[in-house]
Amino acid sequence: MSATDVCRAPALSPVGATVERHWRDLAARRRLYTVGGLVFLFLALSGSLWFANETNAGKFFDRLPHVADFFAELKPRDWFDPARALFDLPSPYDDGSLKFDYPEGRVYLTQSIYIPEYFHRMIETLNIALFSTLVGATFGFLLCFFAAGNITASRWLRFVTRRFLEIVRAFPEIVIAGFFLAIFSLGPIPAIIAVSIHTVGALGKMFFEVVENADMKPEEGLRAVGANWVERVWFGIVPQILPNFMSYFLLRLEINVRASTILGAVGAGGIGESLRLSIGRGHEAKTIAIVFLLFCTIVAVDQLSAWLRHRLVGRQAFAYGRGE
Amino acid sequence: MNPDAIDAIAARHPDAFRRSLWKRYATPIGILLCILYTFYCSWFFSVGSVLEKANWNLAGAYLADWVSYEIRPDIEFKDNHLTIDYSRFSKLGSNPNPDWVAKQMAVIERQVEAAPAPAIATNKSSQDSFMAPGAPTAESPAAPSGQSAPAVPETVRENAVVAATVTLGNGQIAVTPSLVTVTRGAESVVFDIAKGSSVTPRTPLPDWIEQRRPGSTAYVSFGFLGRAEVQNDEVVAWRRFFGWANFVFDTNSPFWGKPFGEVASLIVSGARINPSRSNAALAWDNILNNAEWQHGDVWLKLLQTIVMAFVGTVLASIVAFPLAFLAARNVTPSRIANQVTKRFFDFLRSVDMLIWALFFTRGFGPGPLAGMSAIFFTDTGTLGKLYSEALENIDDKQREGIRSVGATPAMVQRYGVLPQVLPVFLSQSLYFWESNTRSATIIGAVGAGGIGLKLWEAMRTNTNWANVFYMVLLILLVVFVFDNISSYLRRKLMGSVANSNDERRVSARPPAAQIA
Repeated sequence: MSATDVCRAPALSPVGATVERHWRDLAARRRLYTVGGLVFLFLALSGSLWFANETNAGKFFDRLPHVADFFAELKPRDWFDPARALFDLPSPYDDGSLKFDYPEGRVYLTQSIYIPEYFHRMIETLNIALFSTLVGATFGFLLCFFAAGNITASRWLRFVTRRFLEIVRAFPEIVIAGFFLAIFSLGPIPAIIAVSIHTVGALGKMFFEVVENADMKPEEGLRAVGANWVERVWFGIVPQILPNFMSYFLLRLEINVRASTILGAVGAGGIGESLRLSIGRGHEAKTIAIVFLLFCTIVAVDQLSAWLRHRLVGRQAFAYGRGE
Repeated sequence: MNPDAIDAIAARHPDAFRRSLWKRYATPIGILLCILYTFYCSWFFSVGSVLEKANWNLAGAYLADWVSYEIRPDIEFKDNHLTIDYSRFSKLGSNPNPDWVAKQMAVIERQVEAAPAPAIATNKSSQDSFMAPGAPTAESPAAPSGQSAPAVPETVRENAVVAATVTLGNGQIAVTPSLVTVTRGAESVVFDIAKGSSVTPRTPLPDWIEQRRPGSTAYVSFGFLGRAEVQNDEVVAWRRFFGWANFVFDTNSPFWGKPFGEVASLIVSGARINPSRSNAALAWDNILNNAEWQHGDVWLKLLQTIVMAFVGTVLASIVAFPLAFLAARNVTPSRIANQVTKRFFDFLRSVDMLIWALFFTRGFGPGPLAGMSAIFFTDTGTLGKLYSEALENIDDKQREGIRSVGATPAMVQRYGVLPQVLPVFLSQSLYFWESNTRSATIIGAVGAGGIGLKLWEAMRTNTNWANVFYMVLLILLVVFVFDNISSYLRRKLMGSVANSNDERRVSARPPAAQIA
């Protein structure tokens, strides 16, 4: 027996050869699909990039060397100036222009105690987010039971509720905000309404999925002793789903802080508006101050919410998703 | 069960029967806090005064604009006749003559200073007006300017409108140069017009007519079907029609106003309207460049939005993929590398998508490049975090098995780790693709390209609510289609991996920890 015979694959029985061939066929087809998929993805990606570049105001390769210029422009006169902008302290460079008018924005609580402008704006944004999450969660909570198959027997009621939640979820927030901006004029109320309406849909969907996965034994026990629908839901279902609801509420709060910032930038008040204005006008110290404040706030909200969720539902709550 | 047994149970389980004060009152305290917070917010945002100042009539009109449109004839009082104008870009084309504005013509004499404009050569005369013809002679109104030489007054005889009747649903406005009769249902009010000074009703006004001061403009409401203003120099009526006007062809198109069959036969077999190109090409061009609906531009912007979400997510996935291996502590043993990569992810994620969008709009100029870069940067952070969490949750046995047969580190990753996490990675990416299709709309409004800006501009003018609704419908359609594609792909992917014991739809957002 030579060495080549050892290395050669063992001879297969006819059945074994069939299995082997079939496996090879499957593997080849699988590879073909993978390669085909990747080629398709590559073509779609290059086509999209070309299209995006064609329809953009500036061309990618023309603009690429200048993207960083903006960061260079952001360099303040000295590195204490952003801090002065953040806390509304007078700047030594004040020349009467909008660029250095830091003390102008102070919001006085008493004669001498004031909240710096951007902190006040940030509080406004946070309040928009929290209040609209609260409103959205309340309505989502009320609606989710009518969408859940294990609580609501009526098929059409479930259908109507679910479609309603879907439409409300997919409806662009910006249109709701724009519509109410036209009625209320500028201010935070349109943002609250837009974010709330979106939150109703998003949380309602998550809530009813939680309810559908609830353990029905407590509910059966209550049914056995003659409890009515409200009592069965309130004492049988709500206690076991409440931690999950709270967890989703907090996740949503994180998302809504970002959403209300963005809506602020399109005219609904809050820190987003200040940021857009200061970037647009090229006020470097103000921009840095706002970005810093926004960054810290978002990190703080994320950390706080992650900690609370961890306490509420343990390990599984760490799922981060934007669940829109 | 007797009372003793109940007491015994209560004694055995004190927690269940006498709970701590906090546990007993947690719900009412929570609700109370929420209510207090609501009061605080209504003070903070001064909700009351904002709601009070809100213009709710406007809201109704804007909402009606989503699905209907108005046509506005202006009937101006001249001394002995009337002129009827339509707004400049009227939806009725350049020469409107709708059958719901009945005109009564008569030959009148008037004085003009310069060469008269060609007399209106129409013989159409409505028979249904019950108003008497206006007085035949009077002095000339302000003549058309443009003549600097002292002009000689000249009397011309011409055929002009002396009475007009506008029908709006169950209402009617009959106009003559000195008298306006407004009818709604069975009620009817006659106004005496002193041209240029006052509008005086002959009878007390019903509640559907409002006149803020005696003699001033009267506002007439006909409900959804229209409204009108009777001013001292003109009557303006708005009649509302259901539907979207000129949705396919605008009034400048040669196909405008033709029934569908005629357009089809023109396109298929008609003689060329424009000799330089076929009718089909002309029709397609007219549809794309429809001045009112701007189909071509809207579709282009919608495609930009889709492309932004797609490219942003794909690039983010590609970049996050290798970095996630660096960030996972069970794959890369170096603590420093783990921490640096993870903090980098946190940084990308926490600088908000808005900030990235504003930065890149400055960098690349407005357009989809800015939007896709913003999505790319934010989602590299988010996907990297999710990917590395999935990696940290893998089953170690497969890796050990591969390693035990002497595979190189790269082979261990390829055959021991990748098969476990790839479906999770793809599922997360698909989920973010879906979600980015929505968020791409909103960052577009700050200038980052796509339909967002177009939507925002259409809303700011407050006149194009039908266009807004059209774009909203397109966005909803796109979101619906991509939701379904994404959830179909995810279902196929997850079907082979996570045969979870429950029958939950995989379209539900998959929490990372549960998948892994």
